[in-house]
Amino acid sequence: MSQSLDEITLQLKRRHRQSRLMKWLSMGALGLAGLFLVFFFTDMLMKGLPAFQQAQIQVKAHYSEQASKMPPAAVDEDIRDLVSRGWLRLIPRQIQDQPKLLGTTRTEWVLADGQVDQYLKDHPNRLSEDARARVDEMVAQGRAELRFNLRFFTSGDSKMPELAGIMAAALGTVWTMLVTLVIAFPIGVMTAIYLEEFAPDNRLTQLIEININNLAAIPSILFGLLGLAIFINFFGVPRSTPLVGGMTLALMTLPVIIIATRTALRSVPDSIRHAAFGVGCSRWQVVRDHVLPLAMPGIMTGSIIGLAQAMGETAPLIIVGMVAFIPDVGGTITDAATVLPAQVFTWSGEPDRAFVEKTAGGIVVLLAVLIALNATAVLLRRKFERRW
Amino acid sequence: MNRSSPGEPLTHNDNAHHELIIRVRDLDLWYGESQALHGIDLDLYRNNVTALIGPSGCGKSTFLRCLNRMNDLIPSVRVKGSVEMEGRDVNDARTDEVALRRLVGMVFQKPNPFPKSIYDNVAYAPRMHDLVSRKPDVDDLVEQALRDAGLWDEVKDKLKQPGTSLSGGQQQRLCIARAIAVRPEVILMDEPTSALDPISTATIEDLMDRLKLQFTIVTVTHNMQQAARVADYTAFFHLGEVVEYNDTKTMFSNPATKRAEDYITGRYG
Repeated sequence: MSQSLDEITLQLKRRHRQSRLMKWLSMGALGLAGLFLVFFFTDMLMKGLPAFQQAQIQVKAHYSEQASKMPPAAVDEDIRDLVSRGWLRLIPRQIQDQPKLLGTTRTEWVLADGQVDQYLKDHPNRLSEDARARVDEMVAQGRAELRFNLRFFTSGDSKMPELAGIMAAALGTVWTMLVTLVIAFPIGVMTAIYLEEFAPDNRLTQLIEININNLAAIPSILFGLLGLAIFINFFGVPRSTPLVGGMTLALMTLPVIIIATRTALRSVPDSIRHAAFGVGCSRWQVVRDHVLPLAMPGIMTGSIIGLAQAMGETAPLIIVGMVAFIPDVGGTITDAATVLPAQVFTWSGEPDRAFVEKTAGGIVVLLAVLIALNATAVLLRRKFERRW
Repeated sequence: MNRSSPGEPLTHNDNAHHELIIRVRDLDLWYGESQALHGIDLDLYRNNVTALIGPSGCGKSTFLRCLNRMNDLIPSVRVKGSVEMEGRDVNDARTDEVALRRLVGMVFQKPNPFPKSIYDNVAYAPRMHDLVSRKPDVDDLVEQALRDAGLWDEVKDKLKQPGTSLSGGQQQRLCIARAIAVRPEVILMDEPTSALDPISTATIEDLMDRLKLQFTIVTVTHNMQQAARVADYTAFFHLGEVVEYNDTKTMFSNPATKRAEDYITGRYG
């Protein structure tokens, strides 16, 4: 006996209810994930944005003979404690560099002490009641204010929060990533090409494949130990440098690039390979002219994501000495350097409260760079994607 | 089966050419442990269309791929016996399979143009083999190949468009143009019309008729009417053997073997 439409509809009720429930649950999961993300970003921005501003005060700077020997003498005694000691320390060198300055007195905006900065930002600080009163007075006279903190983007690390900047770490990251890219990309892509297009499918290649997949899952700090043992101790590569850091991170990125490249190569349909073999291409011509162009977007996306991963890595760099105090900007791949996440880590351990905003500011910069990288990956994919 | 000599067709086709181009003798082929071809003997003649018919899995496509060593791409394949072309065994270690494929082109079941422009699809292989290098020569060659493939008038205004933008039948003719652009001796066609509509199929059949004046065509087909229409000689494969190799007219009107007759009349397959 067949059922009527009504009966069937009645039975379906439970199943429809189930799909509605699953739909809500999955939407809830997505919403929760989104909420976490929004919370994280807002928190980082709220804490980090103040780091892009720094308190400055207007002082009369006396570039006198005395100041070049004893820098604090350069400013009047009543505001001496409000001026950054880091700035004061630079005065003798300034006089040395520009002899014209000697004997003049100029009215200048200079860096305020870190505590003044924190006070102006309403953050906890150690300023005395008396000093606060003097700062308030200067603010009222328009002689103290928060200005854009260019120094944060142009200088290296410092123990004085008002002088600390992210540039050394950013440059270190650039150098390190360049080394990683130059090593990991060609080796990874060629390995994948060999495994996917040339190698016979036997025990040995299967073993290699399994081990590559395992490498991708190894805790990253072990790669640091490997880098220490092989690159530093055996080959004598200078420690703390972008060279050794980049090589270590290349080890870590290799399996990611290999796996991404193999997936991209495998997604190229065999009909294209057959067509190419059919017109008399050699194996390398098949790969170079037909398979690689189709696989390129996938390879580049995978590699950029691998690099982004390496860029956020700190653990292996601790071992090769790149989590360090680096006050100097610049240098080459064989000069001591640090990287963005390591800089964030270093600042987060500073006892001075003023470094809290530096830490968050560093994270904002790091995130901005990572988002830029991922956006590049998406764009490259769009640009090179071809249908077949 | 009483043949005059192994490999020759049973009945002579007076309209066909009889200059030998490929001689296959005692060809065995294994996929791993299972044998797919058993002692194939077959003579293929120049400027003919030879059709290979038979039920699915009978080994006709496998045999076709022996002729330009496309089976080399399958790791587990083992071949014994001889496939002679220009007096040399194509499976000989001294024969370069890349050179062989330059002389023995192939058209596949599913149209598979390169993901490049129509122009580059045709120009790629001749350039690669250094047949032409100057731009006007390449242009001429592309035009000639597209004309021979009966596609020129349809695509001459959009040579820069991707090959995949064409219809299925046009794509298949583009693949034929790509194959003939390097001036091969033989063109292998592996069910070239099975993915196409009847009109496109008819166009390709006409094309095969014209192309055999310049090339030798070996085609695999599931469509018996097609074999009857285009082929000079037809070989019937079953269970990895050539059951009957005969003049096409005789094969379809008066087959010599019971198995071929059963297949042609639709009793199995």
